[in-house]
Amino acid sequence: MQVLQLLLSGIAQGCIYGLIALGFVLIYKATETVSFAQGELMMLGAFFAFAAMSMFGMPFWLAAVLAVIAMGAFGVLLELVVIRPILGQPQFSIVMLTIGIGYVARGVITMVPGIGTDTHVLAVPYKDQVWKLGGLVVNVEQAVVIAATAVLCGLLFAMFRYSKLGIAMQASSQNQLAAYYMGIPVKRLNGLVWGLAAAVAAIAGMLLAPITFVHANMGLIGLKAFPAAVVGGFGSLPGAIVGGLVIGIVESLAGFYLPEGVKDIAPYIVVLIMLMVKPNGLFGEKLRKKV
Amino acid sequence: MRFIFKTSYAQDITLARHGGHVFWYGLLGVLLVVAPWVVPEYWLAQLTFVLIYAIVGLGLMLLAGFTGQFSIGHAAFLGAGAYTQGVLANMGVPFPVALLAAAGLSAAVGVVVALPALRVKGIYLGIATLSFGFIVEEVFARWESVTGGNAGLHVKAPHLFGVDLGSSEAFYFVCLVVAVLSTLGILNLLRSTTGRAFVAIRDSEISAQSMGIHLARYKTLSFAISAALAGLGGALYAHKLSFISPDQFNIIQSIDLLLLVVIGGLGSVHGAFLGAIFLISMPQLISLSKGFLPDVIGQAPGLQGLVYGLVLIAFVMFEPLGLYGRWLKIRTYLQLFPFYRKGLFKRQKSFTKSDRLR
Repeated sequence: MQVLQLLLSGIAQGCIYGLIALGFVLIYKATETVSFAQGELMMLGAFFAFAAMSMFGMPFWLAAVLAVIAMGAFGVLLELVVIRPILGQPQFSIVMLTIGIGYVARGVITMVPGIGTDTHVLAVPYKDQVWKLGGLVVNVEQAVVIAATAVLCGLLFAMFRYSKLGIAMQASSQNQLAAYYMGIPVKRLNGLVWGLAAAVAAIAGMLLAPITFVHANMGLIGLKAFPAAVVGGFGSLPGAIVGGLVIGIVESLAGFYLPEGVKDIAPYIVVLIMLMVKPNGLFGEKLRKKV
Repeated sequence: MRFIFKTSYAQDITLARHGGHVFWYGLLGVLLVVAPWVVPEYWLAQLTFVLIYAIVGLGLMLLAGFTGQFSIGHAAFLGAGAYTQGVLANMGVPFPVALLAAAGLSAAVGVVVALPALRVKGIYLGIATLSFGFIVEEVFARWESVTGGNAGLHVKAPHLFGVDLGSSEAFYFVCLVVAVLSTLGILNLLRSTTGRAFVAIRDSEISAQSMGIHLARYKTLSFAISAALAGLGGALYAHKLSFISPDQFNIIQSIDLLLLVVIGGLGSVHGAFLGAIFLISMPQLISLSKGFLPDVIGQAPGLQGLVYGLVLIAFVMFEPLGLYGRWLKIRTYLQLFPFYRKGLFKRQKSFTKSDRLR
């Protein structure tokens, strides 16, 4: 029973990592850049929902939908203004650029009067409720995280599989130049991918908010989603979720069975082992550069 | 406009290309030597920090700017050096021996990190070093019998042949000597075959490999030298602060170091120094400007992060060669006056080079 309980909380935490990792993977697949600002986008989404609820008195669901839409638009804007001008430059420049975006986001949020410097509780309707299944105690918050992740994955899967947009995105992520020749508007798609990633990050933020709190540094959890993305294989969407789950479960079990302090670094140990054993991740494709 | 007429091959690799170099660097050297008698105590301390960060920056510059391997966990090497120095100095080991031990241990740690780095590249390498940085920070915090844990570690003042090097003037000279030696070392390295191999790896791994450069060996070497310099800087850092704790070597420090090399100018030795000056003077400028800003902005804890972020974004977008690149442009403008053309340094448009070719 103990193990089941640990697994459950691990899975819930893992879903959050997975959702953030999904953002990395989306952006990486489409534009081959890595965004270090994903955690900060998540933080902004959570703050947006919190501000909408506390300052304008909106109900949670309305605020959540608004936050997702707003963050999506923000992502598109970000790509247009900052990322697009330097596409094609070395990867390292873009990594530094996204680190800069993260710094700015964290700095700006502390300047919003009355909001930025404190920690807040996001008043979700399902706060502090508990289900009892036999001996298993299920926090509704955790159940919501898991359910929402499952639904979101289903939606994304359907989009990439059946919609014209999704197929165009797949094509452009496989070969941008060829996609461009086939008449796919690659630039616009890249913008949309950033929007999609930001929207997913906003959802992750609102799911995480009831479990931790809303504060300016909550985005640092994004650094734990990197291991998730690598374990799953950086270019694979299902891999991101599976990687997130692996990291979440390992972390949760390590926190209980291993000495204090191991919990925080368990994800990084896992990722280092992964990089040594199977650098392409669980679901990554084996690709080799040929000359 | 100066034309250098080369009459021998040795002229291609001389450190001082012409009389101007000799004059200006000589002047800089003289100024740095007389600084302790001219500059007030506070600014001398800042200058010492600039030198220390420049040593660390040289290491990261070699790795990121010249070998093209970027490390998001460089604070781990800094910390390894600082703790080695701290522990050895408290045991009474002579200063130079402890300094060499700090550099050596950091280099050894660098080799260990380079092992996974040989198999991965690009972003995977970044994540491997990031993970490593987190693990090392946790080790500093948990290995209490040696590092003192989160309570931190006090470091005794350095001694050499019975002379106390702890005073700020004496320690400034120690840092100056180490910084000059490491700079000369790096410059020498870069004009040797090894340095050329590093640059070749940065520009294209495949062509480097096909020209017979042993990738694994040179990448490991680059990591080791870079880590050794970071360790050296860390050792001086430990003495300068005389108190070290794990949170000085966290991810923020690592990112600050990356900031240093990017803003200074990737791929230039000058960049390490310019970046160090930026990193040390920026907090001062920010706290000076606080008075002029409205309270909402001026008193916010995130002000420094915001400024760093904006500066970083601006440099990556508009001046990818950093402060040194800006200086190059100004110098060229003056040299060519009035024939400077606007498009002289224009960035070439290029396609994203995919790592995923099949």
